[in-house]
Amino acid sequence: MLKRLFLLPVLAASLFTSCTEPGSDTAARLPILGERDVRPRADGGPADTIFATVPAFKLTDQSGKVITNQTFAGKAYIADFFFATCPGICPKMQAELLKVYAKYGQDPRLAFLSHTIDPAHDTIPVLRDYADRLGMGAAKNWYFATTGAKGEPTAKDSVFQLARAYYTAAEPDKQAPGGFAHNGTFALVDDQGHIRGLYDSLNEQEVARLMTELPILLDEIKSRQPAVARQ
Amino acid sequence: MVALMLPACFPVNKNQGERLYVDHCSSCHGGEGQGLARLIPPLAGADYLALHRAELPCLLRNGQKGHIVVNGISYNNVMPGEKGMSPAQLTNLLNYIENSWGNKSKPRTIREVEEQLQACR
Repeated sequence: MLKRLFLLPVLAASLFTSCTEPGSDTAARLPILGERDVRPRADGGPADTIFATVPAFKLTDQSGKVITNQTFAGKAYIADFFFATCPGICPKMQAELLKVYAKYGQDPRLAFLSHTIDPAHDTIPVLRDYADRLGMGAAKNWYFATTGAKGEPTAKDSVFQLARAYYTAAEPDKQAPGGFAHNGTFALVDDQGHIRGLYDSLNEQEVARLMTELPILLDEIKSRQPAVARQ
Repeated sequence: MVALMLPACFPVNKNQGERLYVDHCSSCHGGEGQGLARLIPPLAGADYLALHRAELPCLLRNGQKGHIVVNGISYNNVMPGEKGMSPAQLTNLLNYIENSWGNKSKPRTIREVEEQLQACR
């Protein structure tokens, strides 16, 4: 019943990156996941490695506010994909994310981004009600977002495409509970748009790994911010 | 009657209620019947179970949509029906839910559940 698609590439990606991550002389760093591109430099110096980033997106949140990649400038965020009437894995997934929020939600360097994969049903008022019922009505850093605030016919395709960029499989499936098959991946994205961790929210050990890896990334982000801004 | 009740006693059906709960209910209602905030009602300590006891077999079979009040809190979500569950399975499932996580209730018989299923719309 719980469809978990595309876990193999995710696994492959994490294996690949964990072996090639350059050694760090300070504390452990999280790997950068996904494709990379090596570009020779014109001056003949060492080639530059270009790491994949999350593509540009423009979404609307539960309060009707437009959110883009810029909304998360200087912050890490955890992305997941759900739908309000999902009777399958979503409640379990969001319950796990609530636990992460309870522990780290007050950190100014962290935000949460839950995308609906059912934009036709999950209008802004539905998303607001969902956030409210989840107890996140007053939270400023947990966005429940849609690609289809104005009923765009392409909304569904846009969010499925976005899901793939976060290594989450999502697609319509008449056999799946609620009409959509998707997996409960949490993607941890850094302040520069790189995916630094993928966690299966339905697996306790994976959520525990997120809990231990998250502060490592938050420390890294802190080290990038100017001292005056660290207060 | 005796023949109908026997399957629930065979070892193959031991803990069937718990297994059905884990497979069909726990991802929404939680491993401990705790529900989820104001999105999914709890089953543990839910007044609804006793207040609507006779309707529960039909509720499980047909699913539930729209407002529902549990322990004074209004929930508004969709629960899919379990059309494929037999009266025996529904009986075992309900007996598990109604006697777990601090819940206590008179055990249901398959006969009783079958009669209650007659009332399903």
